[in-house]
Amino acid sequence: MKVALFATCLVDTMTPSVAHATASLLQRLGHEVVVPPTQACCGQMHVNTGYRREAVSIVANHVRAFAGAEAIVSPSGSCVASIHHQQADVARRAGDETLARDAEELAGRTHELSQFLVDVLGVTDVGAYYPHRVTYHPTCHSLRLLKVGDRPLRLLREVRGLELAELPGAEQCCGFGGTFAVKNADTSTAMLTDKMANVLSTHAEICTAGDASCLMHIGGGLSRLRAGTRTVHLAEILASTEEAVTPHQSTKPAVSRPTTPAVTA
Amino acid sequence: MTATVPPKAPTFLGLPTAPRGVGHLRGDQSFPDAARTALRDGQLRANLGHATTTIRNKRAKVVGEVADWEQLRAAGKALKAATMAHLDEHLEELERQVTARGGTVHWARDANEANEIVTRLVQATGTGEVVKVKSMATQEIALNEALEAVGIEVFETDLAELIVQLGEDKPSHILVPAIHKNRAEIREIFARTIPGVDPGLTDEPRQLAMAARKHLRERFLRARVAISGANFGVAETGTLTVVESEGNGRMCLTLPETLITVMGIEKVVPTWRDLEVFLQLLPRSSTGERMNPYTSTWAGVTPGDGPQEFHLVLLDNGRTAVLADEVGREALHCIRCSACLNVCPVYERAGGHAYGSVYPGPIGAILSPLLTGVEDNASLPYASSLCGACYEVCPVAIDIPSILVHLRAEHVEAQEKTTAEAVAFRALAKVMSNPRLWHLAQRASRLGRLLSRGRPTLPNALPPPISGWTRSRDLPTPPTSTFVEQWTREHRSAK
Amino acid sequence: MSAREEVLGRIRTALGATRAAVPDVVRDYRQAGEHPATGPELLDLLVDRVEDYRATVLRCAPAEVGATVRAALDQGLGAGWAAADVVVAPGLPADWRPEGCDVDDDRPPVQLADRSASVTAVAVAIAETGTLVLDGSPDCGRRALSLLPDCLVCVVTADQVVGGVPEGIGRLDPLRPLTMVSGPSATSDIELQRVEGVHGPRTLLVVLAA
Repeated sequence: MKVALFATCLVDTMTPSVAHATASLLQRLGHEVVVPPTQACCGQMHVNTGYRREAVSIVANHVRAFAGAEAIVSPSGSCVASIHHQQADVARRAGDETLARDAEELAGRTHELSQFLVDVLGVTDVGAYYPHRVTYHPTCHSLRLLKVGDRPLRLLREVRGLELAELPGAEQCCGFGGTFAVKNADTSTAMLTDKMANVLSTHAEICTAGDASCLMHIGGGLSRLRAGTRTVHLAEILASTEEAVTPHQSTKPAVSRPTTPAVTA
Repeated sequence: MTATVPPKAPTFLGLPTAPRGVGHLRGDQSFPDAARTALRDGQLRANLGHATTTIRNKRAKVVGEVADWEQLRAAGKALKAATMAHLDEHLEELERQVTARGGTVHWARDANEANEIVTRLVQATGTGEVVKVKSMATQEIALNEALEAVGIEVFETDLAELIVQLGEDKPSHILVPAIHKNRAEIREIFARTIPGVDPGLTDEPRQLAMAARKHLRERFLRARVAISGANFGVAETGTLTVVESEGNGRMCLTLPETLITVMGIEKVVPTWRDLEVFLQLLPRSSTGERMNPYTSTWAGVTPGDGPQEFHLVLLDNGRTAVLADEVGREALHCIRCSACLNVCPVYERAGGHAYGSVYPGPIGAILSPLLTGVEDNASLPYASSLCGACYEVCPVAIDIPSILVHLRAEHVEAQEKTTAEAVAFRALAKVMSNPRLWHLAQRASRLGRLLSRGRPTLPNALPPPISGWTRSRDLPTPPTSTFVEQWTREHRSAK
Repeated sequence: MSAREEVLGRIRTALGATRAAVPDVVRDYRQAGEHPATGPELLDLLVDRVEDYRATVLRCAPAEVGATVRAALDQGLGAGWAAADVVVAPGLPADWRPEGCDVDDDRPPVQLADRSASVTAVAVAIAETGTLVLDGSPDCGRRALSLLPDCLVCVVTADQVVGGVPEGIGRLDPLRPLTMVSGPSATSDIELQRVEGVHGPRTLLVVLAA
């Protein structure tokens, strides 16, 4: 299958390793990956902060960038949820019915990574090897808006060498919430503190999830604590094999992949 | 009775919102400021964490045993939506039926008018004191303060309301208004304020409840006027309903000669049969019980049984303005169960007082700004991480996260002056709509690498708004190259 | 303009000239419980649910109600209670009444607070929720009767027991003053810890005749 990869603005800019991992995973499973170069953002941050009018042109760019794609996959539950639940509404409210219909049609072909693997490709064993103790945080939008259910756990259980530790209070929000993390920084931090305590109680080396944004929040907190436990995106775990087991960490500098020549900014 | 004229409240589609200067819908502080104070109170956080966890688990257990919960939930949602679509007709029918059964119906445009009506009715009986059943509507309009202002003594009879009243405190939860107090704190309040209380009173909940029973018993028996709210008002029969646990409601609804019920206009349901849905949804969602200990219903007056004078006050106070908001009107479906509070991670940490309104938690974060106009409660729609736990448990499936997002937009669009945030978001929108500008901006973000001086994370001390993040979490140093950039470069050279 | 006209006018403005279509209310939830009427499973369910509220259930044959009511009062008040301390609903069948007890009349309701126990029938009992409904008819008595004495004995007959809430609502007359009772009066206002017995009867005993 030819799969168009939507990296999301955050992953593209801050944690490109997550998108690289998604691409190499899909290629390993025998699919052709394309990366539409004009992609930018789904518009979620604007919509959720109250800038729904301004989001219309962002949605339009997204729809243009992925026009004609057979299947679109993204390593972000939150962005896929926005594509499914917000984009058409935003366009319709602004009176752009054509864009609304195009967005709806595109949403129908857009999948969150774990749902794409399990539901569309029908695989749970992706041939990964990851010899670490891992705990999984089901991010809110994956859990409640997309209803990914136990798909990520089914994928993780098939990873060779991986020891899965159950996360207490798993369904509690980590406190990220987009601009909530800044506008209500104190409450957000209180939520993060409890999430980190639960993560650390598992004695896992790695906390994983299907959203780079929540991982940046949890990972940023763990890094500040110098806790030792790191955050790694689900895609990076599933992309790992015996040949390449080094996890990228989203709170470490996203050093260029060894295969890519270093570019100085 | 003329009060000082408060500043004019805003309108929505020309419909007045709840007036300023009366009632408890607006706080003195923004949510983040109020939450900061609450977060520092370790005892409060412990009390809240313990209480919300307990009730959350109870609810999950009794909801889990109902095989048709989702069907009931869908029926509840549809019933409410259908009622709102013909709210005027249902209210007129309710008025006809209540009147036909010996009750008197009054209409109140807002809190001031409702307080005036009730005050006049109480004064007409010649009594100097009233007993009250816990009621959100009368808290919303600050009826107690209005009655006390003319020398009428008000006795709250729900245990938690009594704790709040005796402690000169404010309620912090819809169902359990004293949830923020633990047993030791309650014992201290009772020992200090209840006349003739046993000096050996311990903090055992049973002993505290019995002290309240003794304190209120005499007042129930001598009361001539009671004031209640209503959970439901059935239009086709004129039947009012109060759902409660302690029996204080029954005392108030049964013993006095006069009963005055203040009901928000959205509490009407068309038919008696509709209660077969709501009386299943409400108790399980609210107290986590299969059924609450007592539900009382009455239609007008019944000779020889209960109050022989009954007044129903139908309250607008901003509800029609909420109805005018096609997205926000779903907030009027709320049956005040408080399940959304108990699952909300923000409520659990910040507590109810931080919301500054009698309606706290997720439902309060939409209902309060809708009732007052969003600019009078502008920080509340942002008091949520949009985690969606509230929507999941709501017994009438109110999509609270979507309404929060809608109200954020209403707030942004109401700004007459351009804010710094708006400038930034508009610029970013322009950039994110144009791939060329987007790639340039991404390259510019790498300037952050200069700040990190080779470290994996950026420095902690950065200016606002980034400081909001970096005070408690590290921010990774931006990479040297974006994914799309690298991919495009590699795949171009490969061809 | 009167407040009535103004509020109704606001509603009409809010809903607009073309009102949203009224959504269909699909009542595909359960209309009845799964157990057959008067069957043992249904009665067992009621007993289980009532006892879960920490109320006491005494089962008996229809002919033994009178003796079982007395046994219930023994439990609620302690053996040796005085018949004069017990007040019963005026329409309670004569053979259910403890001998010498007081029958409620039109005395001021607050006088009922002097009595230790009351005995009433019920209109409906809902098994799934353990709920007894009193409807103010002569055998249930007025509302104050089942409220002020500290111990309440309710007699339920098998034909009054329904499975779920919809069946219960269907059997009730919304024009009568109804009291739905699910266990003794209770509060969870202190640290969410349930305490039975605040203002209503602290002891609830149910006599189930089948």
